[in-house]
Amino acid sequence: MMEGIGLLSLAIWVPIVAGVLILATGGDGNRDGQRTLALLGAGLGFLVTLPLWTGFDATTPAMQFEELAAWIPAFNIQYHLGVDGISMPFVILNSFTTLLVVLAGWEVIKERVGQYMAAFLIQSGLINGVFCALDGVLFYVFFEAMLIPLYLIIGMWGGPNRVYAAIKFFLYTLLGSLLMLVAMVYLFFQSGGSFEILDWHKVPLAMSAQILLFVAFFFAFAVKVPMWPVHTWLPDAHVEAPTGGSVVLAAITLKVGAYGFLRFTLPIVPDAAQELTWLIVTFSLIAVVYIGLVALVQSDMKKLIAYSSIAHMGFVTLGFFLFNPLGIEGGLIQMISHGFISAAMFLCVGVMYDRVHSRQISDYGGVVNTMPKFAAFFMLFAMANAGLPATSGFVGEFMVILGAVQVNFWWAFLAATTLIFGAAYTLWMYKRVIFGPVANDHVAELTDINSREFIVLAVLAVCVLAMGLYPAPLTEVMHASVNNLLAHVGQSKLLY
Amino acid sequence: MDAMTFTMPELAPALPEILILAMACAILLLDVITKDSKLSYGLTLITLVGAAALTAFTASPETHYTFSGQFVDDAMGDVLKIMAYFATLAVVVYSRNYLAERGLLRGEYFVLALLALLGMMVMISANNFLVLYVGLELLSLSLYAMVAFQRDSAVATEAAMKYFILGALASGLLLYGMSLIYGLTGTLDLPAMAQVLHEGSKDDLILAFGLVFLVAGLGFKLGVAPFHMWVPDIYQGAPSAVTLFIATAPKLAAFAFTMRILVDGLQPAIGDWQGMLAVMAVLSLAIGNLAAIMQTDIKRMLAYSTISHMGFLLLGVLTGTFGGYTAGLFYVIAYVLMSLGTFGMVVYLSQHGFEAASLDDYKGLNQTRPWLAALMAMLMFSMAGIPPFIGFYAKLSVLQALVGTGWTWLAVVAVVFSLIGAFYYLRVIKLMYFDAPKADARPIQSTGDIQALLSANGLAVLILGILPQPLVALCLHAMQATLQ
Repeated sequence: MMEGIGLLSLAIWVPIVAGVLILATGGDGNRDGQRTLALLGAGLGFLVTLPLWTGFDATTPAMQFEELAAWIPAFNIQYHLGVDGISMPFVILNSFTTLLVVLAGWEVIKERVGQYMAAFLIQSGLINGVFCALDGVLFYVFFEAMLIPLYLIIGMWGGPNRVYAAIKFFLYTLLGSLLMLVAMVYLFFQSGGSFEILDWHKVPLAMSAQILLFVAFFFAFAVKVPMWPVHTWLPDAHVEAPTGGSVVLAAITLKVGAYGFLRFTLPIVPDAAQELTWLIVTFSLIAVVYIGLVALVQSDMKKLIAYSSIAHMGFVTLGFFLFNPLGIEGGLIQMISHGFISAAMFLCVGVMYDRVHSRQISDYGGVVNTMPKFAAFFMLFAMANAGLPATSGFVGEFMVILGAVQVNFWWAFLAATTLIFGAAYTLWMYKRVIFGPVANDHVAELTDINSREFIVLAVLAVCVLAMGLYPAPLTEVMHASVNNLLAHVGQSKLLY
Repeated sequence: MDAMTFTMPELAPALPEILILAMACAILLLDVITKDSKLSYGLTLITLVGAAALTAFTASPETHYTFSGQFVDDAMGDVLKIMAYFATLAVVVYSRNYLAERGLLRGEYFVLALLALLGMMVMISANNFLVLYVGLELLSLSLYAMVAFQRDSAVATEAAMKYFILGALASGLLLYGMSLIYGLTGTLDLPAMAQVLHEGSKDDLILAFGLVFLVAGLGFKLGVAPFHMWVPDIYQGAPSAVTLFIATAPKLAAFAFTMRILVDGLQPAIGDWQGMLAVMAVLSLAIGNLAAIMQTDIKRMLAYSTISHMGFLLLGVLTGTFGGYTAGLFYVIAYVLMSLGTFGMVVYLSQHGFEAASLDDYKGLNQTRPWLAALMAMLMFSMAGIPPFIGFYAKLSVLQALVGTGWTWLAVVAVVFSLIGAFYYLRVIKLMYFDAPKADARPIQSTGDIQALLSANGLAVLILGILPQPLVALCLHAMQATLQ
């Protein structure tokens, strides 16, 4: 532990300060300086999260790297940070993704570069705050504030229908979080005047109160995940967002919702969660099966990947509500793996979009002839998306399916259809885009990826393969926290 | 003979009021002689700073009464007054260019502003029905004149007429309510009234009857539904610089007015007024937020937004608890801060004799003036109650008061309407950030001191959002000292 400013504070504030500095450098007259500053900020932001991994004690489920300071004593709100095995990997994943996003937008973004980079950096700091916050209001502040940069990113650098998508995204997610705010205030009084999330874990509650709280939290987190049937904002937002926005959206912000289920819903209202498992499992399985089929018929690549994201996140929520270690750890692994894979998939689409300015599958064909290196990378990521063994995509799905078999064979059976649908929609798209005869002049004029794009994709490829071949370090980190969570959820805290 | 001897009342608690009154007269005279509006402007600023210093230095947690108990100087009053000086000062600075461009920068404007401020201060410190009423009328009459200030503008004159007639009607309702309560309790002094009502066995029908008229009058002055009809018309019709004034400082006085009447005077009748406020609050949230969506004029849109904010404020008061009153105080201060910035921006952007009144005038502001767009965006997010801006904590404290007293369903209603409200604030941000500037847009000229104050105003919304403790604690201590 460091004296003074803790590591978690650095993980939050370094990117935010860097973002503000970039904004202070002014308009587009200073693009190169702004890009460099953004890279430095993102790089430094990533570096300060690395000691979280090396210094992490995997044997304890307790919060680590804790920081506690009075913030608004009048309301008993504290600046309380800390991570456990569940949240720590996401802080690193988020900071890592930010670095990739800065690189990915390096020369593609030509207008208002400073504002673009600053928005991503500030966003990154805020998301780290969401994962680190142990005070309810602090969590809420980060949870809502992160909407602001993303709203601006989609609306300013997005596609033709960006305004609709941005406003829909914002209002949809705000709807969920406002009800959560009321729930938090309610918990404040039930816990005798505390906003500490860990105190809320211990509050006994009547079933009716638990159900209402469950619903409030469900809205907040299900919209973010997003779960069927509140998923409709995601395809719009993804399609209209610039590449970097899609990457952050898929790789990180969706995880915030799933993380919320583990940090809030399961431990605070365990009895309601057990009671309503059927609901979540139904929604999750619909996401896996039905959304998988929807993905199959998409003609827009980004939309296809967006639907595939929803299907994959269905796996995550299914895993969480199995209430066994395999399910929850599988869900967590799936979240991280999806972070890498969806980021990579969106970056691949971005690479093609930057050259051809189309996301329609029908505008492509035979790309392998002009972009062989790119085709190889895309192949790997497509396979990972389909859940091929030895890629990270396989590990999480397999664990969740194993966990589901222990509970209910038919759940596992339905979940396993994803291996078919996932392969179908991903590989079919891959075939139509990459193989076949060269479709048109645009494709014939394509140039292969440059070294910057190569580095970004190569780093992601290494991550996907490493996680697929040897996921043990990750599961070890999570183990203690997940077991502790399950033990907690297993005990009823009903108040009669 | 004893009754005839006149003892000089203690003047110390009313010194700031006396200073403002003296300076208003002095400026009026000086202006007639010198015809130098710059001098009046400077003197007004000095007066406001001086009054602020006076109030701040004489502030104490103890409550002082003077003028036979008709005038009260307490901690809540001090906080509200200091905020009112600041708001008036900001209004005067923001309006300078706007008024000068339209030939309205005359001494009368400053005199009227100071007299309106005096009215507010009297309302804030009143401990008696009649004193409350005198303060209210002083404020209202000054505002009517200010709205009509632009004599050759038909719209402004119409707005002034409307304001005057509806204002007079509201005053009538208020007076009628006061007379009923006076008949029932036999006193005009608020604490004595509370005492009599507390002892009970009074005619409940007359009490309820008087209360209805009082609350209706309050509703008019606060601008909450269903007594809100004047708000959009006046906000739109008045010169923007006057709208800026109406939308800010008087809200502080209206809050104090509500507190004095309902809490100091009629606390024992809480069972009656709680329900009335709940209805008014919900209606205001609904009408304010829904109607704002349809507006194309930013002043009209902000007028409806004000209605919804005042509804939110009432939610805090109606809980009838210490936490609720503190939340109300915090809310009104936060609201005035945000409103000052927002209307200040509207006034600042109304250049070259044009009004920046249409929402379309804000298109592409980020490309032409990124800093102003950023300030406006912060203000809009704050109004929508998105953290980390001060508006969020204002809403949080009200929600906390509601849930803490078992009004959870009202809290849910409030957040649902906040969601609807977020849409129109987001639309302003959309216009500034996502749209291209209008082709015929004229470049916006900067004025150093105005922009500096506007920036400080906008940044305060952010900084007090990240570190809200000082303001929250201030409100808490003030309310604690007042309600002891």
